[in-house]
Amino acid sequence: MEEAKGEEVTLFGFWSSPFVHRVIWALNIKKIKYKYVEEDLCDKSALLLEHNPVYKKVPVLVYNGIAIADSLIIVEFIEETWKENSIMPQDPYEKAVARFWATAAGDGLWQFFITEGKEREEALTSVINNFELLEKELIGKNFFGGDRIGYLDISVGWISYGVPIFEEITEFKIITEQKFPLLHAWMEAFSNSEFVKDTLPPREKLSERYRNVWEAIMQKKN
Amino acid sequence: MAGSGNSEVKLLGAWASPYVARARIALNLKEVQYEFLEEQFGTKSELLLKSNPVYKKIPVLIHDDKPICESMIIVQYIDEVWVSSGPALMPADTYDRALHRFWAVYIDDKFVPALFGMMRAPTEEAKAEAKEQALASLQLLEEAFGKISKGKPFFGGDTIGYLDIALGAFLGWIKAFEEMNGFKLLDAAKTPLLCAWAENFCNNEVAGAVIPETTKLVELAKVMQAKFKSAPPAN
Repeated sequence: MEEAKGEEVTLFGFWSSPFVHRVIWALNIKKIKYKYVEEDLCDKSALLLEHNPVYKKVPVLVYNGIAIADSLIIVEFIEETWKENSIMPQDPYEKAVARFWATAAGDGLWQFFITEGKEREEALTSVINNFELLEKELIGKNFFGGDRIGYLDISVGWISYGVPIFEEITEFKIITEQKFPLLHAWMEAFSNSEFVKDTLPPREKLSERYRNVWEAIMQKKN
Repeated sequence: MAGSGNSEVKLLGAWASPYVARARIALNLKEVQYEFLEEQFGTKSELLLKSNPVYKKIPVLIHDDKPICESMIIVQYIDEVWVSSGPALMPADTYDRALHRFWAVYIDDKFVPALFGMMRAPTEEAKAEAKEQALASLQLLEEAFGKISKGKPFFGGDTIGYLDIALGAFLGWIKAFEEMNGFKLLDAAKTPLLCAWAENFCNNEVAGAVIPETTKLVELAKVMQAKFKSAPPAN
């Protein structure tokens, strides 16, 4: 339906990037046909550098020749350009809450992952405080978007695989069924949803990637 | 009418905060009646801690007891709620909207840390680095202005928009740093478009009135610098 207009959508990405995954999920929900270009982050293509000269990063969405960068901005662009299968809440307050948590939900998680001792404890406190608040956003809902996956689900969806991988590598559980029953259930529902299920690389491959990154960082410190 | 019926609008802020200025400019452009609750420097009120438990920072907009946090999220919220009052802050075209959002994120990501980095830099080397970053980012914004404004006075075209607010709110502090350090951040030779834009912004009755006087900001900066040097930062 969308491609009948002769529109061309290209996504420049990298297989393990959670930012790229956000865009893939948004494109899937909106049922938009697109071409995917895998970038080698150690040898970025001339096209990528041309389309995102400011940050030189993925994801970049190119739509009819114009380039949009920054995953959350791309997701809002997709929402506003293709009107069907809406992912944003209609209510301005709910939009504001979703936009807030889209960036705030991840705060502290990376620090938790790559630090040790007191720094890690502080990061963990911040993560737990945020998750307690985020848990409340799921009361009475299957997804942050309600019955269906919405903007906030897409924005924080990387938590559904990222946190378990962090937990595995650091050998520390954050999201347990006891402590965060709603978040725990959401992670499973999100991962199994039709728009997400076949989009991710095999868990082992992702785990390996994160572990390599983690080891490299930890080695640099010690 | 804006602020219609019994809807109650409060803004938690501080006179010198450029992030708070963003919210004020948006509220004023949209002719919203609101109560301004000034946070005291160095302390955080109960209301602030309750309304923004994640970051504990101003500005926080409280509309009918519901808190909205993060300055540019607040600006979008104001634009969406008071849609029939004053000009639209976000452009209509979806690509233009993406551009406004992109450069607003860039400003917070690259320009603002460099701007305040110059004040807080512990060494001359760090200060020089921050200065270079600030100037480089303004150069990119100059180019962006050329493309986005399409020959009009503002990023938003004929009227002040989302991206104008994102950067314009910092004009007070930009001028303060220029005065304190004796060099131009907005230089007519290097960033002529932004210089003209800055003048238009400050001359705008509504937006310009929100920007604090440069002398007051310079005074505050000196007080903060002295405090910063004499004690470890406690945030």
